[in-house]
Amino acid sequence: MNGKIALSLKNIHKSFGDKKVHQGVSFDLYEGEILGLFGGSGTGKSVILRSIIGLETPDLGEIIFEDQNLVNLTERQLFKVRTQISYVFQNGALFDSLTLEENLAYPLRAHTQLNEVQIHSKVNEMLELIDMKGSNELLPSELSGGMQKRAGFARAIMLQPQIILFDEPTAGLDPVNTARLLNNILAFKKRGMTGIFVTHDIPAAFEICDRIAILDQGKISLVMSTDEMKKSNDPLVKSFTTGAHIQ
Amino acid sequence: MSESTFSNRIGIKLLSATRFAGGFGHLAGKTVRELFIPPFPFKLILDQVHAIGVESFILVLITGVATGSVMALQFGYGLARFGGTLYVPKLTSLSILREMGPVFTSLLVAGRIGSGMASEIASMKVTQQIDAIRALGTSPIQRIVIPRLIACMVALPVLTLMADYVAIIGAMLVSKVELNISFSFFIAKTKETLTIADLFTGMAKTVVFAIFIAITACWKGLNTEGGTLGVGKTTTWVVVTSSIFIMLADFFLTKFFIITVFPKF
Repeated sequence: MNGKIALSLKNIHKSFGDKKVHQGVSFDLYEGEILGLFGGSGTGKSVILRSIIGLETPDLGEIIFEDQNLVNLTERQLFKVRTQISYVFQNGALFDSLTLEENLAYPLRAHTQLNEVQIHSKVNEMLELIDMKGSNELLPSELSGGMQKRAGFARAIMLQPQIILFDEPTAGLDPVNTARLLNNILAFKKRGMTGIFVTHDIPAAFEICDRIAILDQGKISLVMSTDEMKKSNDPLVKSFTTGAHIQ
Repeated sequence: MSESTFSNRIGIKLLSATRFAGGFGHLAGKTVRELFIPPFPFKLILDQVHAIGVESFILVLITGVATGSVMALQFGYGLARFGGTLYVPKLTSLSILREMGPVFTSLLVAGRIGSGMASEIASMKVTQQIDAIRALGTSPIQRIVIPRLIACMVALPVLTLMADYVAIIGAMLVSKVELNISFSFFIAKTKETLTIADLFTGMAKTVVFAIFIAITACWKGLNTEGGTLGVGKTTTWVVVTSSIFIMLADFFLTKFFIITVFPKF
């Protein structure tokens, strides 16, 4: 973490019908850090990630990335941003009609001038990094849940984005697959990866994140370092670290 | 049923129809705009032409032969009462080229391909694959809608041409076996009756039907909600809506061609 702001959310408001999900969400994400985002179910953690990448449009507020307000960009203008900020979907969201190789090659074919030999080589390199060497021709339906999530992560980082948004990446995984995925993420963290890690998995967040923010009643209630959070006696923090927030 | 409930239902149906009309127009407009933005999805179009055209080929052939055969039988025995059996080749071939070939083929494609497209896209929507296309900096319209639309517009006229051809062969065989009309007489009368305009007006209809089938399936698929239950409802809705449109549009297109292309009638 070098103290330079990579992404900034300012006073984000978002409603779905009568339901006010965000009522002034603000926080900064620093370069080189992974920010954990905690919150109860339905508090809009994933909506924050979706708003950052432009899959949802906030009703009010600003999302500043590289001196531009992402909220004002058109879908076409967001294409370039989406090569710099990537999204790891909760279930991987792999294209089920494409093989694993084609899934991983998708962003390279769409956004680079690499030839097929170079793309194949990059895909193999990535598959080796996520411990899935030789799985090129498998379809997503032939992969386990853990492998799908790792492949989804791999696809998201094929273009080496500046920021990675993780939407509950360990949800539904057994401890072995959770450990594998976290090891993959940690390996990239060591290379200076910046990201937001939405999760209910407190041990995973403590292992991965530098700071943790808690989303409560439509706002960020507090942000603190992972070490501070571990030691904190704040009742709200305790409710998350002990899992009491899950009703 | 109380009056308010009835009027509510009518209101809901009208709102739904308006939403569909608006959504259809909006998606069609965006699709036309994105057609001119590179890269052109040539490979995806070829894949879809294969899925729509090649895989529907046998079904269309069987239906074509059956339709032509039945028409020849019905016209044959119906006209026999008035001594008009010899008009079977003219009537059958004209009906096949102008109406039965285009409409039956389009209904088949709406049932088989429209439902398949809608359920595939709807499944992609509920499993966040559509979101993934966007999140990876690409356009669902370029990746999903344009290939299906163009493939439908290419494949449906070709399938119709095949259907027309085999339907006339079926009619010719049945005319020979059941009505004792020789092949040479059937062919001579067919040639004498049909014009190139009959063929092209029939195929032109299928281009309009193709646009409707593809855009309807894509719009509904992209707007599917409600998980797997939503996917099922989408599929049924697309087949019903496309079929109704084909039947209604066929009337207006026929009227249009009678006024513009066949004014002597």
